[in-house]
Amino acid sequence: MFGRLLVAATPDKTWQAVFLFGLIGGGALSFALWQSAALFRPMRPLVVMAIAGLLVGFGTRLGGGCTSGHGVCGVGMGAKDSIAATLIFMATAVVTVLIYNRVAS
Amino acid sequence: MKAGKLVLFFVAGGLFGMGLAISGMTDPGRVIGFLDVFGVWDPALLFVMAGAVGLYGLGMLILRRFENRTLRLPSTAPSPIDHNLVIGSAIFGVGWGLGGFCPGPSLANLGALRIEALLFVPAMAIGMLLAQRFFGADR
Repeated sequence: MFGRLLVAATPDKTWQAVFLFGLIGGGALSFALWQSAALFRPMRPLVVMAIAGLLVGFGTRLGGGCTSGHGVCGVGMGAKDSIAATLIFMATAVVTVLIYNRVAS
Repeated sequence: MKAGKLVLFFVAGGLFGMGLAISGMTDPGRVIGFLDVFGVWDPALLFVMAGAVGLYGLGMLILRRFENRTLRLPSTAPSPIDHNLVIGSAIFGVGWGLGGFCPGPSLANLGALRIEALLFVPAMAIGMLLAQRFFGADR
């Protein structure tokens, strides 16, 4: 959804932008109200976070969805392509964490 | 679009953000703990996702019965499992494992102005623009 906002040709940008502002607002409200929701353990150096952001942006746009788009909505509708995408990103994420832990420790 | 509808979209986004935060999915420690299946595994994400998938699936089943010209739902037409889907999802997984952030939680963390999110989200936007520039934006 965030990616579509970056395309000039996307119709009805308003509701998508409003939804994303709601998402940020919902996060802010929860962090303020509940200590357990505000728990945040930084796991990686900032340079790794920037590289991760690039890969997440590129990958979700190329693959057509993320943990929400494919993982929840697509799988929830029983879409075969979303089930495949979810299995693939789960697998590469598990392998990445395995390798990162080996190399970084 | 009518203002009332936009309020609904804001509330929907707000519920999504609250759900992510309350269930602990905005904490990279939880997410990486889930992905670390060969270490001290934290299954929380599995339960959050299963709950969301189940509720979304059930909601869709019910709403399909009321689908008409004014209520339009996501298409059920099958999309191909092509190169872009496979390679893109694989790259996304690597980024997810590296940072412990996927798009939703990274945006929700903007609500706390966390430096990780303030760095991650613009990088994500650049990644998306690169994918669109070189591979189009069909999906």
